[in-house]
Amino acid sequence: MSAPSDLNIDRVAKLARIALTPEEKAIFSQQLGSVLHHIEQLGQVDVTGVEPSAHAFAVDNVWQEDVARPGLTVEQALRNAPAQRDNMIVVPKVVE
Amino acid sequence: MSELFFQPISELAARLDTKELSAVELTQAVLARTKAVEPQVGAFNSFDEADALGQAAASDTRRAAGQSLGALDGIPVGLKDVIAVKDQPLTASSKMLANFISPYDATVTTRLKAAGAVLHGRLNCDEFAMGSSTENSAFQPTRNPWDITRVPGGSSGGSSAALAAGEAIATLGSDTGGSIRQPAALCGVVGLKPTYGLISRYGLIAYASSLDQIGPFTRTVEDAAIVLGAIAGHDERDSTSFKAAIPNYRAELDTRRGPWKLGIPKEYFGEGLDPEIGAAVEQAIAFYKNQGCEIREVSLPHTQYCLDAYYIVATAEASSNLARYDGIRYGHRSKHAKDVVDGYFQSRAEGFGAEVKRRIILGTYVLSSGYYDAYYLRAQKVRTLIRQDFINAYKDVDALITPTSPIPAFKLGEKSDPLTMYLCDIYTIGVNLAGLPAISVPCGFTKGQLPIGLQLIGQPFQEANLLAIAQSYERGHAWSAKHPNLS
Repeated sequence: MSAPSDLNIDRVAKLARIALTPEEKAIFSQQLGSVLHHIEQLGQVDVTGVEPSAHAFAVDNVWQEDVARPGLTVEQALRNAPAQRDNMIVVPKVVE
Repeated sequence: MSELFFQPISELAARLDTKELSAVELTQAVLARTKAVEPQVGAFNSFDEADALGQAAASDTRRAAGQSLGALDGIPVGLKDVIAVKDQPLTASSKMLANFISPYDATVTTRLKAAGAVLHGRLNCDEFAMGSSTENSAFQPTRNPWDITRVPGGSSGGSSAALAAGEAIATLGSDTGGSIRQPAALCGVVGLKPTYGLISRYGLIAYASSLDQIGPFTRTVEDAAIVLGAIAGHDERDSTSFKAAIPNYRAELDTRRGPWKLGIPKEYFGEGLDPEIGAAVEQAIAFYKNQGCEIREVSLPHTQYCLDAYYIVATAEASSNLARYDGIRYGHRSKHAKDVVDGYFQSRAEGFGAEVKRRIILGTYVLSSGYYDAYYLRAQKVRTLIRQDFINAYKDVDALITPTSPIPAFKLGEKSDPLTMYLCDIYTIGVNLAGLPAISVPCGFTKGQLPIGLQLIGQPFQEANLLAIAQSYERGHAWSAKHPNLS
């Protein structure tokens, strides 16, 4: 297992798209260090030949007929948008 | 006879049927109680009095016309604020969704409405269901009705506290690592986490999708059977929903009388277990033995790894599930962003609380390039071993008996360190990793008059058996007759 000190908080916060304050970085590094230290003990388990489980039971893909059904109206779908205009969601400019 | 708001569904339904009581009277009693105790308990993020009374009046109209929809018709049921109700707030107790109004009903909501339940209020929880005390709510901490200086447990602490305080007749919560059973234990009510796949997750705000499951909080095991019967069953809108025949859980209670073979997993009685809780659970085991049940010690050898496997799997799934909160289509959008990408960073920084950020960071880390095999893949393999432990144990026994929580309700602010808080879930987490059904039933009080919970863990999709085993204990004890003393 990797050492807990491997947690590069700047890199991970960037991957997670969360702006952290210097105080948050310091405290999360320390707290997650203890959690990762606890997790280290998983390294003791012999997992040779063990299949990973993504779910407790086997889950198969489910197919449905491609039939149009009533859904949300535009008004309902846009009701929670932070900003909207002309039936569209307004976002900050992406290309200058 | 106790106050209306402390009675179980089974008794209230009988009185509604004879028209000795109306749904409006019952709902008014619950609303009056809610307004009286809410300043102390803080179980609700919001409740809509006019809407609840309107539903109750519709229920009375149905009954008057001889068209009652069954035992839940006219019964006030509260929902954890992660379960969607059309045109009502849906906040996950997060600033991220503080102003979100749900455009649709969760499947459990649709089914409760079809059963005539009066949907009452949005119940507080830890933000995005991440926590064990409900202190992680962005809005307010909920307090334990048995001692308002203590937590109600979590993450479904609003659901357990509201029920214990008489602010609802039943509630729904969600359980990813113990979030129904642990608060049920700490508040002295029944809490059922069904088998993964028995209840649709459509319309449940996702935390860790391979572990999340909705379930009821009730005063009695019979009530749990009533609510489960109303919400269980296949749903084509959840691809993990299981196509199982749903028995009449309430009727099945009378047909299953044991005696059962019950297993005691020795790993659940070790260091860290409060001695008073240990003694109460030992007494429950002795009760079953006196009833003719065969008691066997069993071993779940990978128990000590459950917490670690859980915090890798759950946070990994959470980091993926919560990536949708980007401030673009819905949810909080920062007003301080330099550009669109900075908008993601700032919106998430402002919208999420500390525990949610911590878990997203941890989950992102264990999935990141170079660490995936060492953490996530290994945790998934350990999950296989944990599940195999339970399968092996069930070769010899029908169900397992354990404590629900290692400790009774603790003081607000007592567990400020995340790892210490995570240890609250050591007896409940394995059940989620293995996808099993489990129930917490009241099994006594500490000397300080704090409730104690007994956990019974069943076999997959054998809820009817599990409920019958739980009810046989409940019939021999009167713990649920006691109510907290809120002035």
